[in-house]
Amino acid sequence: MNIPSLLGAKRSPVVSAIVLQRERWRLANANTKRDVALLMMMLPGLLVLFVFAYLPMFGIIIAFKDYRAYQGVLGSQWVGLKNFQYLFGTDDARRIVVNTLAMNALFIVSVLVVALAIALLLKEVQGSSRWLSKFYQSTLFFPYLFSYVIINYFVFALLNTSNGFVNHTLEAVGVHPVNWYQSAQSWPVILTLVTVWKNAGFWSIVYLAGIIAINPEYYEAATIDGASRWRQMWRITLPLLKPLIVINLLLSIGRIFYADFGLFYQVTRNAPELYPTTDVIDTYVYRTLTTIGDVGMASAAGTFQAVVGFFLVLLSNWLVRRTEPQSAIF
Amino acid sequence: MVVLPTKPPRLRAGYRRVRPGQIAIHASLLLLSFLFLFPLVLLVSASLSSETDISRYGFTLVPRRVTFDAYQYVLQEPSQILTAYAVTITVTAIGTAAGVLVMALLAYPLSRPDFSWRRPLSFVVFFTLLFSGGLVPLYILVTHYLQINNTLWALILPYLVMPWYVFLLRAYFAGLPRELIDAAKVDGAGEWRIFFQIVVPLSRPALATIALFCALTYWNDWYLALLFINNPALVPLQYLLYQISTNIQTLQTSSQAFGVTIPALSAQMAIAVLAIGPITLAFLAVQKHFVSGITLGGVKGD
Repeated sequence: MNIPSLLGAKRSPVVSAIVLQRERWRLANANTKRDVALLMMMLPGLLVLFVFAYLPMFGIIIAFKDYRAYQGVLGSQWVGLKNFQYLFGTDDARRIVVNTLAMNALFIVSVLVVALAIALLLKEVQGSSRWLSKFYQSTLFFPYLFSYVIINYFVFALLNTSNGFVNHTLEAVGVHPVNWYQSAQSWPVILTLVTVWKNAGFWSIVYLAGIIAINPEYYEAATIDGASRWRQMWRITLPLLKPLIVINLLLSIGRIFYADFGLFYQVTRNAPELYPTTDVIDTYVYRTLTTIGDVGMASAAGTFQAVVGFFLVLLSNWLVRRTEPQSAIF
Repeated sequence: MVVLPTKPPRLRAGYRRVRPGQIAIHASLLLLSFLFLFPLVLLVSASLSSETDISRYGFTLVPRRVTFDAYQYVLQEPSQILTAYAVTITVTAIGTAAGVLVMALLAYPLSRPDFSWRRPLSFVVFFTLLFSGGLVPLYILVTHYLQINNTLWALILPYLVMPWYVFLLRAYFAGLPRELIDAAKVDGAGEWRIFFQIVVPLSRPALATIALFCALTYWNDWYLALLFINNPALVPLQYLLYQISTNIQTLQTSSQAFGVTIPALSAQMAIAVLAIGPITLAFLAVQKHFVSGITLGGVKGD
């Protein structure tokens, strides 16, 4: 695309300039045509993003207004930080922030440990039976397919007070049945078990893929040197898997301010008795908006979440970039 | 990070000998698999039990006496369930087809190094992964400004473009041989024609994987219905299940007309089984793609 070389050598400078100009024009024209065509392709998607992602972003101004439906978002009165003052004046704010962070921390650690353990076990049996190893992967992944509505049914079958499997089993061994849907202190454990059950299979497949990608020659060399399987796991598999683990951990930490609404809303059956441990930012925003109808408080909590969440994502990406530059998202 | 599904390297022969430790590992994996399937078995068993057995013996792994009363009861007046199925199927079909098309069209120009707007527009898509306005603005937008609550649009549009999948597709498209596109251009094909006749056919595996995950999202969704739907004719399956679990009266009011006893718990479980049936069958049919889809998404693209 060296434009001057396209021109005849013996033309007068004026003619050359004109030809050059035309050639540039033609190329620029072709480029514009290409860009416009490609832009047209993106249009529907960009439109959806504009309406359903960007417009709501500007909607965070609602948190700084006394929103009245009949005045609309733009017409409502500005009230500065009043909504935030109300929100942080209640006990709710501390409770939902602590619950969100604590429960997510529990989930992140538990899912990581269980998924890694499963992946390591799967790796050990990989060579011995392809059929069984596929069976394990499918079965362990299976719960990932269910919505939290369905999971609520599973949990209810286990925990409901009068007929649940757990209480019947407790009675059979002479222990008093527990009114699970009213004992808030049990739910950090219950919800952790549910999360692990739903997600561990998914993540174990991710980690197994990471393990399979390790060069088998390392293991062959280690075997020749007489290293036990246990030692190989600690000295080869886990160190080589570390980058993947670190990235996934950091990415989850970036999302730690966002709770899984379905888990906390459906699986607890939204029981008010359980709020002390299971009310998180997302359920609070939903309830405040739709049940209580307090748009100001709800949007204050939502905006607080969005802003803190944003900085946590930036922070986690900065950390990823420092540890593993190729894996940073941006 | 997008590592496309690769075949595991074949393990050398010495690796394959069964070691005693392996039996223990198989045993623990079997136990774990059983534990993971346990709630499902419990649910199916309850749906096949009579109401009296449930209240006497509770939920059991195997029904005391197998009866199909619950299913009979649920299916004798199936209009509500059929409507919910129809809504779910419609939303899933339209949402998946439109979503994959729109996302592929969004991703393809971003994969073209010669596209002048590539960097700024990539950022426009990407930023939505970092920051979101949250529930309140979306709720007000949909109900107050767009006024598409209580329409199928409210169940489809919010999930149409998922930025993460757009980047997976972009990475996949970027890996296609450039020469094919350049050659088509020399032959005078326009951008749209290149996309539909060269890019799409070459990208079938990636598009199928994305379609699978989109379909799962739409099939399982109750959240948008919880927010935006009150019209019983537009209630999708998952939301119907939610309503049933919070309000057994949904069943009782419709049954009082017939003067029959309500197999409340077993009927609830039967409806749940009917809801997870199709997804279970679909999973068994295409589980390979799910697994390769995870490894596609599990590691990050450039």
